[in-house]
Amino acid sequence: MASITLTHIQKTYGQGAKGNTVIQDFNAEIKDGEFVVIVGPSGCGKSTLLRMVAGLEEISKGEIAIGNRVVNQIEPADRDIAMVFQNYALYPHMSVFDNMAYGLKIANKSAEEIKTRVDKAAGILELGHLLQRKPRELSGGQRQRVAMGRAIVRQPQVFLFDEPLSNLDAKLRAQTRLEIQKLHRELGITSLFVTHDQVEAMTLAQRMIVMNGGVMEQFGTPEEVYNRPASTFVASFIGSPPMNLLKQAPGLPAGQILGIRPEHLELSHQPHVGWEMTVDTVELLGAERLVHARLGSETLTLRLDASLSAPKTGETFRATAKEGCLHYFNAETGKRL
Amino acid sequence: MIERNRWLNLVTHLVLCIGVVVIVFPIYLALVGSTHSAQEMAQSPIPIWFGNEGFTNFKTILMGEGEGVRNQLPVSRMMWVSLVTALCIAFGKISISLLSAFAIVYFQFPFRKTVFWGIFITLMLPVEVRIAPTYKVIADFGMVNSFAGLTIPLIASATATFLFRQFFLTVPDELAEAAKMDGAKPMRFFWDVLIPLSKTSMAALFVIQFIYGWNQYLWPLLMSTEERMYPIVMGIRNMTAGADSQVQWNLAMATAILALLPPALVVVLMQKWFIKGLVDTEK
Repeated sequence: MASITLTHIQKTYGQGAKGNTVIQDFNAEIKDGEFVVIVGPSGCGKSTLLRMVAGLEEISKGEIAIGNRVVNQIEPADRDIAMVFQNYALYPHMSVFDNMAYGLKIANKSAEEIKTRVDKAAGILELGHLLQRKPRELSGGQRQRVAMGRAIVRQPQVFLFDEPLSNLDAKLRAQTRLEIQKLHRELGITSLFVTHDQVEAMTLAQRMIVMNGGVMEQFGTPEEVYNRPASTFVASFIGSPPMNLLKQAPGLPAGQILGIRPEHLELSHQPHVGWEMTVDTVELLGAERLVHARLGSETLTLRLDASLSAPKTGETFRATAKEGCLHYFNAETGKRL
Repeated sequence: MIERNRWLNLVTHLVLCIGVVVIVFPIYLALVGSTHSAQEMAQSPIPIWFGNEGFTNFKTILMGEGEGVRNQLPVSRMMWVSLVTALCIAFGKISISLLSAFAIVYFQFPFRKTVFWGIFITLMLPVEVRIAPTYKVIADFGMVNSFAGLTIPLIASATATFLFRQFFLTVPDELAEAAKMDGAKPMRFFWDVLIPLSKTSMAALFVIQFIYGWNQYLWPLLMSTEERMYPIVMGIRNMTAGADSQVQWNLAMATAILALLPPALVVVLMQKWFIKGLVDTEK
């Protein structure tokens, strides 16, 4: 097992003035045995970052160390890592067994050792009865497990996951998420997991990195990221529906942005208490109700318990924010105040 | 398109039948001709039903001995020359183009595009066009009357390179990356992953190139000045071009039938793979 240290990482495509920098001065330290999720919108550089750790992309500037060893110039196969790809990248003409064994065969392991290791991994992932099948004879979820098995048999220091759940349907995704968590508990291997899905990030991560435009916006536990977003970007990216960000609100000084999560707004039944707003639309989601309302020129969303009576479209009502649940950001930099 | 119409059915069948007759009848005549004696074949009209000299005729040409055979090597030798040539060309083309397509698709090297277009442009330069300079080069290498001379100039193939390039481009990049993570060096990846995946394309190409090699006529005409290096296609030509004596049509026909067999066999045996290789997109 090993930690991963990223120091002043920069990635530039192309040369000189025409160069396109996709990752800017990125620093992070992932502890030994930790499960870290990198989350961000598409094009934010999260996959590029992972591929640099894997050794599939060159590092333009900076240093990546796995354990105490700087791996910039080390071949992917020698970095002691394993990767699960988004489309699984199984070898189509090889059986499940051969897919998992291929890396070990290249490493010249003995046939017995290969068999022991593959059988063990197959046992963990419940693939034992599928070992002789070809990838095309497997379902999406099974292929995904084979891809994980291929990573496990190598007994690496670090697991890298590149959006491994995005090709699964919603139900299977939830189930696989749990399996990955369980696997991490059992094996305790340092893992770096890239996704664009905030639910995956929140549920899987011990700590998460939120990225935007090649820059790290925040690095912290899911609770920290949710409860104390470091910037307006994080505030609007994490949470569904996203945090209400108001440029104008009663009592808000100029140059500041006020953030309130939809679930932190409550209906106020006393006159003259709270803000008065007008309902635009109401959505019922089963257990709760989303009320989209207008406050002056701003729109905001409230998340109310569906059992409570809610205002109807076009009505005006008053709402208050829960104590201590207001977030203030600098309007220019977007940073938390 | 499915349309149920009696007349349409009749017309389509008629067209198909005409097509079959046009192609099959000459072959039938050749087959019949190969079973008669030389005298019978010299008559007019020529017979259209089988005679009983077939065994003798085939034996005569295969062994190169017996009545009516001019001084020439047995057809079996010619078939051997043709077979070796066709196989060398087919395998040579496949291996060279696999490797060059691999280089073009998977490696970043200076002038990669230029190299690709260079290969592509040679499509415009088949042997027939560059025959004089190519002959000069091969002759200077001393490769006249050798299998090397017969095959090497025909091996480079832009078509096959292009086909494999297109195929390799459809192989997901992640597969190469996964192999890299597994520790496979480029040639190992080529051998363990790309070659097994290209099997069907290789089979399709083999059929096409085998027939191409077997049917070579113009190039051996220059390259083979000794009879022992004549391919069978040239042999037929020589049999029917005797100015000094009467043409042994029965023997010429038998040779033609023999010349037909191997390509037909290759097509029949590899038909399934051939179609798969050209239409299959499953990877």
